[in-house]
Amino acid sequence: MAQVSRLSRAKSTPSDRLDTGSFSRAAPFSLALTRHNLKLERDKTTTLQVNTGLLCNQACRHCHLSAGPNRMEIMRPDTIDAVVDYAAAVRFDTIDITGGAPELNPHITDLIERMAPLSSTLMFRSNLSALNDGNHDTLMTLLTGHRAVIVASFPAINAAQTDSQRGNGIFDVSIDALQKLNALGYGREGSGLELNLVSNPTGAFLPSSQEQTEKRFRQVLKDKWDIDFSNLFSFANVPLGRFRQWLRQSNNLDMYLEKLAGHFNPCSVAGVMCRSLVSVSWDGYLFDCDFNLAAGIYMGGRKIHVSKMEGPPREGTPIATADHCYTCTAGSGFT
Amino acid sequence: METYYKPGDLLKFEEIGKEAPEMAKKFFDYYATVFAEGDLTEREKSLIALAVAHAIQCPYCIDAYTQACLEKGSNPAEMTEAIHVATAIRGGASLVHGVQMRNVSENLSM
Repeated sequence: MAQVSRLSRAKSTPSDRLDTGSFSRAAPFSLALTRHNLKLERDKTTTLQVNTGLLCNQACRHCHLSAGPNRMEIMRPDTIDAVVDYAAAVRFDTIDITGGAPELNPHITDLIERMAPLSSTLMFRSNLSALNDGNHDTLMTLLTGHRAVIVASFPAINAAQTDSQRGNGIFDVSIDALQKLNALGYGREGSGLELNLVSNPTGAFLPSSQEQTEKRFRQVLKDKWDIDFSNLFSFANVPLGRFRQWLRQSNNLDMYLEKLAGHFNPCSVAGVMCRSLVSVSWDGYLFDCDFNLAAGIYMGGRKIHVSKMEGPPREGTPIATADHCYTCTAGSGFT
Repeated sequence: METYYKPGDLLKFEEIGKEAPEMAKKFFDYYATVFAEGDLTEREKSLIALAVAHAIQCPYCIDAYTQACLEKGSNPAEMTEAIHVATAIRGGASLVHGVQMRNVSENLSM
């Protein structure tokens, strides 16, 4: 009976359905754009995303970067200098710090202190367990002082699904971390301290409606643990890195790729994040987004170091695409 | 016919409209309305559908609504509980007919 709901989806975007008998028969992403007379080009770049390294205390099964405890790639001080110089020269609206676990970069406090004055919004992505490992209370205070927006991974409101994606015991540690952040004022109404949750599906299926998920998470987290948060974002998992490995091992890869391609929504293309974001890797090279970084596809297809950039990426420059781009254009999209 | 049920047949469901398009359209429109968010959420409706799918033992529906439940944010524990609800009602429906058996038996027995 699923076909009925598939039909209703197809009704809203009648020409979107691709021949997805197998992914190899489905249109490459670039062809899907052409079919809809769309071009994926850079708009004004307002966000600088800084990937501080692939070292992470977790080895999540959905990680597109295959980050983990054994990854040694870490942004060094000379690269941090170059990134800070670039941010000072361009003045992005938002600086988005991510990893791996950015908490584990030994120079993270230096990076935050130097970057915070350079933009109106400093965003810090956390897996919650690294922030709550007992060694990062100073960092939490620093983030609070700079009124950084914390974006926390929190896939599900139950331990079984969370731990299956992120590792044993992570759900309990995450709940504890959210309570600590709430105690600092994060996520509490009127504090001005923004705490956003990101929920990725815990398997080879698409995310639920963001609005409905946010409503349910808000109710359950409040009732059970007195936890508040500002916003929830639900995003599809990107078939790269460790998640792609898992998809292959579990024999779900073709089905998942077909599902993403089958949900291509041309209306989502205008709002995808790569149009307004530039991502810099731990070694200082530029990418159109974190997923292209994971796939090793440089910004606009050219390998450029941040120290060589003289301004923001030019508007109208084509964005490098690959089939994983279907993730950000499935359904309501990934902005 | 090597098997009655083929997973690929689920994707051909719309072909049922070829012989009777008007009725198919009415059915699919009705179906879409039933599953849209109302006083019950889409997640709750999918859990009900999953339970019913097990009660009527429809493999297409079990496949479809297992995926739908996960995509709507339910977890396997909730889904298992929903199936137990269907099982309890189904089992209870058999068992309560035991009263009929007892009535007949008592009428026939000394």
